[in-house]
Amino acid sequence: YDRLLRIRALRWEYGSVLPNTIQFHMSAEEVEWFNRYKKSLATYMRSVGGEEGLDLTQDIKPPKSLYIEVRCLKDYGEFEIDDGTTVLLKKNSQHFLPRWKCEQLIRQGVLEHILS
Amino acid sequence: GDSDGGSEELVLTPAQLIRSLEQAWLNEKFAPELLESKPEIIECVVEQLDHMEANLKRAKKGDLKVSVHRMEIERIRYVLSSYLRCRLVKIEKFFPHVLEKEKSRAEGEPSILSPEEFAFAKEYMANTETYLKNVALKHMPPNLQKVSLLKSVPKPNLDSFVFLRVLERQENILVEPEMDEQREYTIDLEEGSQHLIRYKIIAPLVASGAVQLI
Repeated sequence: YDRLLRIRALRWEYGSVLPNTIQFHMSAEEVEWFNRYKKSLATYMRSVGGEEGLDLTQDIKPPKSLYIEVRCLKDYGEFEIDDGTTVLLKKNSQHFLPRWKCEQLIRQGVLEHILS
Repeated sequence: GDSDGGSEELVLTPAQLIRSLEQAWLNEKFAPELLESKPEIIECVVEQLDHMEANLKRAKKGDLKVSVHRMEIERIRYVLSSYLRCRLVKIEKFFPHVLEKEKSRAEGEPSILSPEEFAFAKEYMANTETYLKNVALKHMPPNLQKVSLLKSVPKPNLDSFVFLRVLERQENILVEPEMDEQREYTIDLEEGSQHLIRYKIIAPLVASGAVQLI
């Protein structure tokens, strides 16, 4: 059961797609539990918060500032921010961007939040 | 307020609504057990957030107010997410007890689970039971295979101490002794005072809104 709790924690830390290195160490039953768990969680999150649902795995920390310093980890291209301007996200470039816009890209591994 | 027996309409200003959300959030954070679900608050907060987002979209670009409103939206969304996450953690942690409590709930008694949380809890239970059956128990002798999850999953510790602030004066709260030699006694809770007390004693006061956990 302890292993199960750690697997559950994986969904909250890594997201719904587990890296292969982790899946390699999981039994078939554990993978099945994980898949059912993440499906159940997704259903619940969709049911809260209007049409799009509320992704509870975001906003884990209280918002301290509107803007954050990020570094681009891969070439992404043009990225539009709220006031209509665009930013070119090239690998290794650094930017000061609105936090809420970056969250998705941080999850996807395109951007990295630079914590000073 | 005074109740005339009919259902009261929840009419709050946005500020009052967010205050209610924050109170529910703090109570849930510090209470050892899962508290009553507050679907009305959640529904209204979600509506409020949608409303604020829509307003922002219409605002003039570059307007300074946009930043302030954006910050507020983020803050409210954080509190809402944190509140719902806190509940999910407790639901998963105490799942057999939470489901049992909901199943044996009397008619008219408030629910601790929203319909969506109830579905989630049932799925969690079924999922975990299947896993345990397939993995752990097939290696054990047959007479041990009927594992009672109610017995093996620990219950919330209602004796844990909590900090609270008194919102409405309470008189004659019965305090049971911790040690056998002491006799039970009563205390009065003055409005605005703060206390460190065992959760079990004041649990009903949290539900009624007479005290706020801090």
